[in-house]
Amino acid sequence: MVRAARYVSAAVAAGALLLGPSTASAQETPQALRQEIDQLRRDFEALKQQYGDRLTALEAKLAAAEGAAPATPAPAPGAAAGAQGAPQTVQVPAGAAGAGGPSGALPVYGGAVTGSKIFNPDIAVIGDFLGAVGSNSAPDAPRSLELHESEAAFQAVVDPYARADFFISFGEHDVTVEEGYLTLTSLPGGLLTKVGKMRAAFGKVNTLHNHVLPWTDRPLVTHNLVGGEDGISDAGISVARLIPNKWIFLEATGQVFRGDSGDAASPLFTAVSRDEVSYVGHLRGYQDISESSNIDLGVSFARGHNDAELGNDDVRGNFITQLYGVDATFRWRPLQRSIYRSFVGRTEWIWSRRDQLSGLQKSTGYYVSGDYQFGRRWFVGARLDASDRATDASLRDTGGSLVLTYWPSEFSQVRGQYRRTNYALGDPANEFLFQFQFSIGAHGAHPF
Amino acid sequence: MKRIILLFIALALAAAPARAQSKLTVVATTEDLAAIAREVGGDRISVDSIAKGYQDPHFVEAKPSFILKLTRADLLIVVGRELEIGWLPPLIQQSRNGKIQVGAEGYLDASLHAEILEVPQGEITRAMGDVHPLGNPHYWLDPENGKRIAKDIADKLSQFRPNDRPTFEQRLADFTTRIDAAERRWTADMAPYKGVKVVTYHRSFPNFAKRFGLDIEGYVEPRPGIPPTPQHTLDLINEMKRQNIKLVLVEPYFDLKTPNAIARETGGQVLVMPPSVGGVKEVSDYFKLFDYDIKLLIDAIKKTGAK
Repeated sequence: MVRAARYVSAAVAAGALLLGPSTASAQETPQALRQEIDQLRRDFEALKQQYGDRLTALEAKLAAAEGAAPATPAPAPGAAAGAQGAPQTVQVPAGAAGAGGPSGALPVYGGAVTGSKIFNPDIAVIGDFLGAVGSNSAPDAPRSLELHESEAAFQAVVDPYARADFFISFGEHDVTVEEGYLTLTSLPGGLLTKVGKMRAAFGKVNTLHNHVLPWTDRPLVTHNLVGGEDGISDAGISVARLIPNKWIFLEATGQVFRGDSGDAASPLFTAVSRDEVSYVGHLRGYQDISESSNIDLGVSFARGHNDAELGNDDVRGNFITQLYGVDATFRWRPLQRSIYRSFVGRTEWIWSRRDQLSGLQKSTGYYVSGDYQFGRRWFVGARLDASDRATDASLRDTGGSLVLTYWPSEFSQVRGQYRRTNYALGDPANEFLFQFQFSIGAHGAHPF
Repeated sequence: MKRIILLFIALALAAAPARAQSKLTVVATTEDLAAIAREVGGDRISVDSIAKGYQDPHFVEAKPSFILKLTRADLLIVVGRELEIGWLPPLIQQSRNGKIQVGAEGYLDASLHAEILEVPQGEITRAMGDVHPLGNPHYWLDPENGKRIAKDIADKLSQFRPNDRPTFEQRLADFTTRIDAAERRWTADMAPYKGVKVVTYHRSFPNFAKRFGLDIEGYVEPRPGIPPTPQHTLDLINEMKRQNIKLVLVEPYFDLKTPNAIARETGGQVLVMPPSVGGVKEVSDYFKLFDYDIKLLIDAIKKTGAK
């Protein structure tokens, strides 16, 4: 096809050369002639392109019309060489790419009407199986074996202005929308706006789903001060903007939520009336130190009404919890060996100011962790934990963990974690946690 | 509620509209596409790239510094075929740049007119490893595809800057002429070694092999994206001995331990062969990529007597 086209174009060019002298006036320079040939060539190329496109469209239509008929090879353009004897394919309609759909040729399963499937969102399911041995008398300690979470993700572009992401989390007993939000991708002024239910931009761990954490659990400070596994996750509106400057990546995020956050074991915010909304603010600075290392710093603030004296109508709604957080992440990954070696060191410090009838509780907590990748599939990590309790700052829990992670492939992960926790009340816990994580469906983005 | 409104007003006020620059700002996901864009765009555009030529393009980190590059881009050129699926979508999403969203005018998938090999047939599952359902994305390693990519880029640039169309077309014609000449040279250099058998680490070289007559007989990876296993390595060594294969081509970002062991066992040679511009220091443009790879191959073939 290409060769034939070349002959034709040569012929056209030659024709132009022959015709040229007879029609051109005496003043015409060789340069003008050349321009003319170039123009002809361009016209021809355009024509070729046009016909090629039409032919492709026709082929696609033909393939679609043949429907469930025995597979006839309908080679995709550009894929012809590789797709000899390929199953029946259909060309993605123009504009599908604009909707986040694939482009090029797609296989057709079960007939022409299924062309609409290409607008289905990207779907993935992530299983998180958790097991625990050893002792832990805390009421919400993991059971011996559990399918801790099955997360279903649905993601697609909505229209030229927005995309939508849903993450439905099936626990052992309940189903929750972990996140479900619309992202407006191209608002003027560089505002990135999200509307829906989402994990708040408070620090680092709060923004992460379970399956991208470097541990099988969440740090003690998250459990004691930041709403536990659910964390600050609520219905609301988020606006983030880059602050232009010459030096670093700087992003400010402001969020307003209904005011309900935290899981049953560690409630954080509780809104009774409409004006008890909660706020989260986050400022993130990022800088590359070299091509293989970088530093990520953040400060966060959250404010909302807490659950103190909910049954007491006289004072209900007067109790506020404020959180302040600082987070720092250092990453190292040598580019040329990026799939074999890396290190991530991270820490978060959180200060909680919780009003309650007994007085203001000023609690502090932190974690410090490091994860080193020492092979294509192997990671080792450690974490130090300490946190006061939100409702009684005089009680301080501490702990530490060692983690070993193995990746059979990009889509599955096996992890073991030894965890020791010294609770302020009760016996210390010594546990070995193990986890299998596996993902099927669309290829998600790698976490950063 | 007032506070909410104030917050929004404050954020809106802080928003200063970005000014368009006179030079078209082009960001390519890889150095190869950036090199071709430079050939076509010349001084009318400024070109930046994201992945380095010596890093595995499947596993680039979605660093915020890349978001800054995309924020300012008029045009984003991607390899496509899901090569960048693990890292580009979050970057585009956070770029706040409507121009370069997938399907928008400033989003160019360079693979659309290229010859794509290894489009999977029949049922595909992840049991086959990290397969690319839309075909092998390493298609730029064929100069013919280089010309197709260049044409797509020239068309796109002309769409943005109609006044510069003659410049872009002139540069495209010039690039095409030089590629044609170089390709004749490369093909002639490789002609005596047509059908020479090699093993590669990852499936990065099908287009290169097809164009220049290499015969890829096996892979160090048992499946795409799956690191070598002892059994597979043993099988590969036996196969190489049986067929007398001497050359193991390895992309610069893979560990050389297994390839070196294979070469020791088979009396062969490991070639660290960059599949991308920037893969080694000398390869600073699209032409030098083929110059370098072909010289590397021919020297090794001569040395090992590979057939």
